[in-house]
Amino acid sequence: MDFKKIPIPTMHVKLDDFAPATDAEKEYMVQMRESTTFFKDGVKRLLKNKIATISFILVVLITLAAIFIPMFWPYAYDAQLGITPGKPVDASYANLEPFEYGSTELRRIEAGEEIFPHVFGTDSQGRDYFIRVVYGTRISLAVGFFASLIVLVIGMVMGSVAGYCGGKVDLVIMRIVDIIYSLPDMLMVILLAAMLGTALEAILVGTVLEKLGANMISLFLVFALLYWVSMARQIRGQILSLKEQEYVLAARAVGAKGKWIIAKHLIPNSISVVIISTALQIPNAIFTESYLSFLGLGVNAPMPSLGSLASDALNGISSYPYRLVIPAIVISLIVLSLNLFGDGLRDAFDPKLNN
Amino acid sequence: MNSKSLFYILKRILLAILTVWIVVTITFFVSRAVPGGPFASEKAITPATKAALEAKYGLDKPLMEQYTTYLSDIVTEFDFGPSLKNRGRDVIDVIGDGLETSAQLGLSAAAIALVVGVVLGAVAALRRNKLIDRIVMVFTTACISMPSFIMGTLLLILFAITWHILPANGNADGGLILPIITLSLSPMANITRLTRSSMLDVLGQDYIRTAKAKGVSGVKIIFGHALKNALIPVITYFGPMLAYIVTGSLVVEKIFAVPGIGRTFVSSITDRDYPMIMGTTIVLASLIVIMNMVSDILYKVVDPRITLE
Repeated sequence: MDFKKIPIPTMHVKLDDFAPATDAEKEYMVQMRESTTFFKDGVKRLLKNKIATISFILVVLITLAAIFIPMFWPYAYDAQLGITPGKPVDASYANLEPFEYGSTELRRIEAGEEIFPHVFGTDSQGRDYFIRVVYGTRISLAVGFFASLIVLVIGMVMGSVAGYCGGKVDLVIMRIVDIIYSLPDMLMVILLAAMLGTALEAILVGTVLEKLGANMISLFLVFALLYWVSMARQIRGQILSLKEQEYVLAARAVGAKGKWIIAKHLIPNSISVVIISTALQIPNAIFTESYLSFLGLGVNAPMPSLGSLASDALNGISSYPYRLVIPAIVISLIVLSLNLFGDGLRDAFDPKLNN
Repeated sequence: MNSKSLFYILKRILLAILTVWIVVTITFFVSRAVPGGPFASEKAITPATKAALEAKYGLDKPLMEQYTTYLSDIVTEFDFGPSLKNRGRDVIDVIGDGLETSAQLGLSAAAIALVVGVVLGAVAALRRNKLIDRIVMVFTTACISMPSFIMGTLLLILFAITWHILPANGNADGGLILPIITLSLSPMANITRLTRSSMLDVLGQDYIRTAKAKGVSGVKIIFGHALKNALIPVITYFGPMLAYIVTGSLVVEKIFAVPGIGRTFVSSITDRDYPMIMGTTIVLASLIVIMNMVSDILYKVVDPRITLE
């Protein structure tokens, strides 16, 4: 080693080293990539997942179609086209094949009028089948969405109370969860829907909910009573594990208040679990609704749902199989794409899961 | 078996009994919420029958006394009361009628699901990321995302109506084939996925590498070491599988007109035959709860590494 080359320290201080940085210097230090938030990061990961993105686009398209098509479609879901007041029923409108027309419509076409086609034909009562499928999709999606919302609210409240309070409250809630968990859910749903229906009908007469039907109300009730447990379990687990995290301890050590910890650490870190399980709950609810409708416990006639359409189609299955195939494809598409999208969400927003 | 396992088994049995009791209780109180009580029927029953029924089930007595009578009748003699639709017959006899057909349907479906699922899962795991694995995964995804009633009706359209290969009616010769296939597809898909993932897990274990290093033949490794251990998690699926088959058989028996418990149950819903609905719910729910308990206990007993809590 050559000690001579090491500069001898002097007491002389270079004042330049301590001058404030100029703007140009500051610019140089700025990182090339903008800092991302947790949400932006997740969305970016989600968009990289092609299957999840396609599924999401599909769900959005189906939802938009279900909302907007009934607004301009010239036929109503419950209009029996063969029936005009004061005239005998025109049977030519029942059971039309796709793109066929009823007798009066044919006459009007000959007269040079433009008639909107019956894309999927009509059903046995002369109702335009396309709009019934669209309307049924709307009902099924709405049921799935609201049932999941109920599950979300109840599960979140119970789960966070159990996780936050701990002790006896936690013990009681978790025992209730255990018992509900071991109940055979489908059978309980059928029992409650089959038996509460009549009891509710009497209560509902004259209220806003009457149109929805007692069966749907009991379906929501059943979801509120039975299906919150897995959501509650997940949220409780999440809160319990978050409470023990080092960064929460660190935040507390540097003097963060409870409010700050909840807002900056607990909520952002448990929200992904909530969103993911809600996304996976929706197809589950749609499944249950279509199953109940198929058993005759679903929406009130003439309102269609995808399950009741499939169930109705069973009567004419050998002549009109497409009437079953169409709602079947729609249900499967919705359930499949929601499930795939939910899986994608989980992968994107819960990266810890992969490790 | 140590005391810890015995304690776990005892706890699990108690939970099962508690669950069945809760099912019975819910059924009872829901039935009392029905306007006119459980014996109200659209076809008017004679006042004498009604009085006899009310005396037997004590509908004039206080609610708690009715409840204990109902409970003790079920526990001591499986008495769920008379069916309203089938005059002069008890609910439990009507259930007994369909039992054989339904059991045949359900057990065959479960057996097929188990055998085919395990084979497909093992093959998919051994040929991971190859073409056959991809095909199996796509197929199982399709099976899982299709509700049973849609699967059933699609099979009905294809095999019975379009191709005329198999009968559509469950009463005919070979009429149970389509219902059995319908019921087995979704559990089969689930078992395939379970077997595949647990097989992949096992194949990465050290003892498989040790066996390979010692020169054990591939067949012996797969059957003697890998599959044996990979099948343990499948046991946990027995409970959910039975639950699926029970609820699935309701729609499948409706679609194919199979004369089993499921079809009776569905028609009792349409007929508002309340004692029948209550009785069938309790019987089927108990079956599922017991199966869940058995598979849970079995799972912990078979694999000694799993800690009993």
